Formats: sequence, structure tokens, C-alpha cells
Amino acid sequence: LNENHFLSCLVEFSKTSPAAVQVNVRDALNQAMDEELERDEKVFLLGEEVAQYDGAYKVSRGLWKKYGDKRIIDTPITEMGFAGIAVGAAFAGLRPICEFMTWNFSMQAIDQVINSAAKTYYMSAGAQPVPIVFRGPNGSSAGVAAQHSQCFAAWYGHCPGLKVVSPWNSEDARGLLKAAIRDNNPVVFLENELMYGVPFDLSEEVMHKDFVLPIGKAKVERQGTHITLVSHSRCVGFCLDAAAVLAKEGVECEVVNLRTIRPLDVETIEASVMKTGHLVTVEGGWPQYGVGAEICARIMEGPAFNYLDAPAVRVTGVDIPMPYAKILEDHSVPQIKDIIFTVKKVLNM
Amino acid sequence: GIFVTSGRSMVASSRSYADFTPEKVDLHRLEEGPPLTATLTREEGLKYYRTMQTIRRMELKADQLYKQKIIRGFCHLYDGQEACAVGIEGGITLSDHLITAYRAHGYTLTRGGTVREIMAELTGRRGGIAKGKGGSMHMYTKNFYGGNGIVGAQVPLGAGVALACKYLGNDQLCVSLYGDGAANQGQIFETYNMSSLWKLPIIFICENNQYGMGTSVERSSASTEYYKRGDYIPGLRVDGMDVLCVREATKFAADHCRSGKGPILMELQTYRYHGHSMSDPGVSYRTREEIQEVRSKSDPISMLKDRMLSNNMASIEELKEIDIAVRKEIEDAAQFATTDPEPPLDDLCSHIFANDQPFEVRAATPWTKLTSTS
Repeated sequence: LNENHFLSCLVEFSKTSPAAVQVNVRDALNQAMDEELERDEKVFLLGEEVAQYDGAYKVSRGLWKKYGDKRIIDTPITEMGFAGIAVGAAFAGLRPICEFMTWNFSMQAIDQVINSAAKTYYMSAGAQPVPIVFRGPNGSSAGVAAQHSQCFAAWYGHCPGLKVVSPWNSEDARGLLKAAIRDNNPVVFLENELMYGVPFDLSEEVMHKDFVLPIGKAKVERQGTHITLVSHSRCVGFCLDAAAVLAKEGVECEVVNLRTIRPLDVETIEASVMKTGHLVTVEGGWPQYGVGAEICARIMEGPAFNYLDAPAVRVTGVDIPMPYAKILEDHSVPQIKDIIFTVKKVLNM
Repeated sequence: GIFVTSGRSMVASSRSYADFTPEKVDLHRLEEGPPLTATLTREEGLKYYRTMQTIRRMELKADQLYKQKIIRGFCHLYDGQEACAVGIEGGITLSDHLITAYRAHGYTLTRGGTVREIMAELTGRRGGIAKGKGGSMHMYTKNFYGGNGIVGAQVPLGAGVALACKYLGNDQLCVSLYGDGAANQGQIFETYNMSSLWKLPIIFICENNQYGMGTSVERSSASTEYYKRGDYIPGLRVDGMDVLCVREATKFAADHCRSGKGPILMELQTYRYHGHSMSDPGVSYRTREEIQEVRSKSDPISMLKDRMLSNNMASIEELKEIDIAVRKEIEDAAQFATTDPEPPLDDLCSHIFANDQPFEVRAATPWTKLTSTS
């Protein structure tokens, strides 16, 4: 076991609460879809291998057995075509969940996501809503190399007309996916393959079939006073791990889990920065024109700037295509030590 | 609209019905095609005449307004192709669905839009069919999904609508149109595949007007037999300048879909008098002689008019009255379109999301606060 894994276990163990059930992110997504399929006949799932294969990453396991061919549809490997079909089905009143096996393949279909889905309600002056969810794993995985490791948070987060959501843990996955499916607008739902197998405790309240989380609201995962760490998806866990280490040296980090990329919850970030006076953003994606860049720009333009005691700094993926060899890959993504190092630099320690 | 005659100046021996023999129909993977005779009633004839004339006059007025710089941006005119939009609508109902590309003004009309709101959308006014937010390429009505700017993208969208029809079990179908230029798009072949696999109730229609922008079909397509390009999908090719041919082919195709057989592909051979758009004079890649020849020998409106007159189904005076009424409708619409105010600035950020609370939208600078409402 390496240090990262050990620290992750510590964080998980400390979260146990009464009347809780352990659910990993994969199962949280699966249950969310199952419940929403049951709740509304117009909801259906399409994508590659979602039906008879039980999902390339098993996220849709058991759904085809339960709901059949009409509602769980295996598509050929033709992203542009099936994404367009999904959007057209949404035009005509259905509520499709369109899975991209990974978000890398969405580039084949990106015109349908942006030009057909995101912009239509506006172009039609409100005549044509598009109630669709696009979902799938995003960002780096393990050993899948350059073409299968890109993070699309910044690309989709750039576009008006889309809601872009990036859950970290099982509660996020469950509540945000249910919210996304119930939303009457196009939602880009960015999952993370390495999080699928990670278990979290979920309370009875979270397990309720109508539990939804608000899209566009960040969550403070850990209170702190010295510095604000803002992150999304898997990196939230790294921030919490870094915070645990830093706490031993007397540095209390406030960790903000964005949960939603667009619309960005600037108010929660500002409130935190106005409290701590220091900001570090952490993301897996590339630095240029990224999520962290947007957060820093907004903080500069808003009331929190006057509370900053040091420039805001970003921790990001390395600005290269993802290499294959493990040692190289490990050095291409932000590690816990990078976060700790950055915090100390920003705090002038 | 439907024209009601007062019965004035009718030729004594007028007939209500006439039988016409359409031009040949080319078939692909079909044992038989649409019937070789079509019946046109007087009411139908007058309706088709009026609608085609309305589209014609509307497009010519748009040309005028564009040259006066009252319409700006992209403007892709449909004059010459009227028999396609009108004939297709004659073969389906308004509960069926239709989607097309950007040469869409004619379809917006046949799908229930008014000339007024179409023209006001072209001039970017608040009374436009999309409140000035969409423009020429983004007009919508019930069961009409635009107006789409990205070549080919509308075809899978149409299959999605067809999927919804099948899913909901409502016996409706979707007509999905594209041009000869779009016919080579990969996503169209992806759509052929999925529509066939899943037996979607979709009619693919290729409006072959011989030119994709400035590129003739011979220069863009290794195979110009667009009705065969669906391969395993049955296809037919008909004269797109003849409103009856188009109607009968559409009826035939609609029956095919509604009987659960899955997709079918129609190619309509047609022609556009204008260039690709208003910024294209349309004569650098084709000859004026060619355009003139089509106008004189194959004009869809003249063809219908001649048929009705020579079969005593209407009088010259009657048709002239329709022309006058259409002209007036277009003038009134143009008047509205040029005097209606532009959309209010409050509308700038509206219609981003459906069914949402109002939210703040970033303006050009951080100090300006804009609000979006649903």
C-alpha cells in the first residue's frame, strides 16, 4: 500500500455515521438511473454496451434485464449519429440519458452536444427545450494513454446553454445524476472511472428515492481557516488527504467541492476566500484556459480579491498529452504532495 | 392558406377531378413504387397553388429586403423548390414531424408558420417566429424542428424524433431532409444504419438541387444516385418540380413507415433559382442559360397552373385573384417585418434554460449585471 491509499482509507473511515449504508460511486450512479427509469417512462438510456454488456464500466449493470430493449439501447459505435438521435428524441419529448463510453469519444459528437442541444432553447426563443443528460467517465484513468485521458470540464464548461456537473463521491453521484435527469435542460455529467469502485457511507436521507442535489451549488467538505482549496471530481479526495497531512502541521485547509462546473458557484468560493485569505485550485485537467483559470479570474473580479493575502494559484495536470508508462503517468497528474507543496508556498511556509 | 373561390368567372365545363400521369419514378429495392396516376381535386390544386405562390413571393421579397440591407447575415432562398415543401406536406399531416437544414423558410410556412412571423424573424424583430433570437436558419413550429445550420446534423436529430414516435407508439413519423451537399456526410450513414436496425419511422428526403453551394453533384459525389445511397434502405427518385409527384411519393413513403417497415429514402430532383445564399450570385459555377431553361420548362408553379387551366379546374382570373391576394399578404408581412421593433434588450439573456429560476449572466464587463429568465 502506498501513502495515498493509506490516507484515503483514513478519510473514508472517519466519515462513518449512524444508519449509513456503504455504496460505491458506480452503484450510486446505477441506483440513481434505476430509480429515475422507474419514476418516469420517458427516461431511457442509450450508448455503447449499456445493455447486454451491462455497461463498459458496469455502471448500467442490471438495467437492461429489468427494463428491456425499449429503454436500454445498445448503439453501434457511431457517436455523432447516436448523440444526434438522443438530442432529437429529447426534442420530441423523451428524456434520454446518452452515455459516452468515455468523454474522449464525445469529440466525435461535440457538434450535437453544443449546436443541437445547448443552443436550441435560446435559438428557438424558448419554444424547444432539450431535456437530455450526456454522461460518462471523464479525465485521466490508469494506463489508458493520451487519447483516452483528457478532461473536458473546461471545454463544456465554456458553453452557455449547458449545465456541466462533476461529482466526486457517491452522494454527489447519486444526487446530481437524479437532478440532471429531472432537469429539463442539457446536462453534461462528468464521472471519473477511478472513483467508480470507491465506497462511501450514505445516510438514509441520501438513499431516499427523491433525494436530489442542487445543480450549481458547491459543498464545503472540510471547514478550515488558513487556506481555501477548490476542486472537483477525484481531486477533491486528494485535497482532503492533503488537508489531513497539513493539519498535523497546524494548517487548517477549507476544502470546497465544486460539484458543478457550470454554473460555477462563485459565492461559496468567495465566502471561503474572504474567510481564509488564500486560494489554491486543484484540477486534473490541463492548465491553459482551465477550470482553475476561470476561478482565479472570477475571484480577481469580485469582492474576495481584497481579502487575498497572496495571489491565487492553480494546481493542475501537467501540460502534456498523457503518457503511458506508470512513472510518467504518475507525474502527469496532480499528486497530494503537489497540493501540500503549493499550500505551503502560498502560505509562505 | 386555403383559398375559397367565390365562383366568379368559372369556365362552364370545369371538372373537379383530374387524373395525371406523373413522370417516371426510379426505384431502389422496391418491387413497386407510388401509383402512376394521381388525382388532384380543385381544392387541393388551389391550395397547392396558393402555398407555392406564397413561398415564391415571400422568398423574392426576402431577396429585396436583403439587398436593402434590412435582412442581414445568412439568407438561403427556396424559390424553385416550392413543390418539394408543398408536396411533402400534402403526403403527411401536421401531427407528423419534419426537420430540415437551413433552406427552411418554405417549410416553416408549410408547417404552420405565418409569413408575418417568418419575415419578422428574417428582419430580426420581436414579432419574429423566434422573437428575433434565431434568424433565417433557426425557425421552429409545432412538430417542426427547424431550420438547422450545421450541414447534416439535422438528419440524426430527425431519427431521434422518429425514435420518440416509435417509443410513444403514436403512429407518427418524421421526415428528415437534407441536400445533395449533405448527402455525403458520415453522420447520415450512421443514421441510415441505426434507423434500419431499429426500424424507425423515418422518411429520409434528399432535395437534390444539383449544387452544394458552388459544387455540382458531379464534383462532390462519387455516386449521384442519392436515392440508392441508403444501400439497404429502399429508395425512390421523383421529379421534385412536380408537386403531385412529390405528394404521391411522400404518401407512398409514409405508408411504408407507418406499416412498421422502417426507413425509406426519397430523392427529389429539384432546382434553386437563387445562388446558395444571398451572398452568392449563383452564376460562377453554373450558366444563366441553365437557370433560364429550368425556369421556362420546369417551374413548379407554372406547371401546376398549366395543368389546372388546361383541365378546366380553375380560370385565369381565379388564379390571378390568388396572386393578388398573395402579393398583398406578402406586402403586409413585409410592412410588419420592417416596422416591428427589435427585441428588447431585456431579452438578450433569456431562454438559456427551460423551467429555471432567473439567474445572473456575465456581460461584457464584470460590472454589468444581466439576468436570464426561462
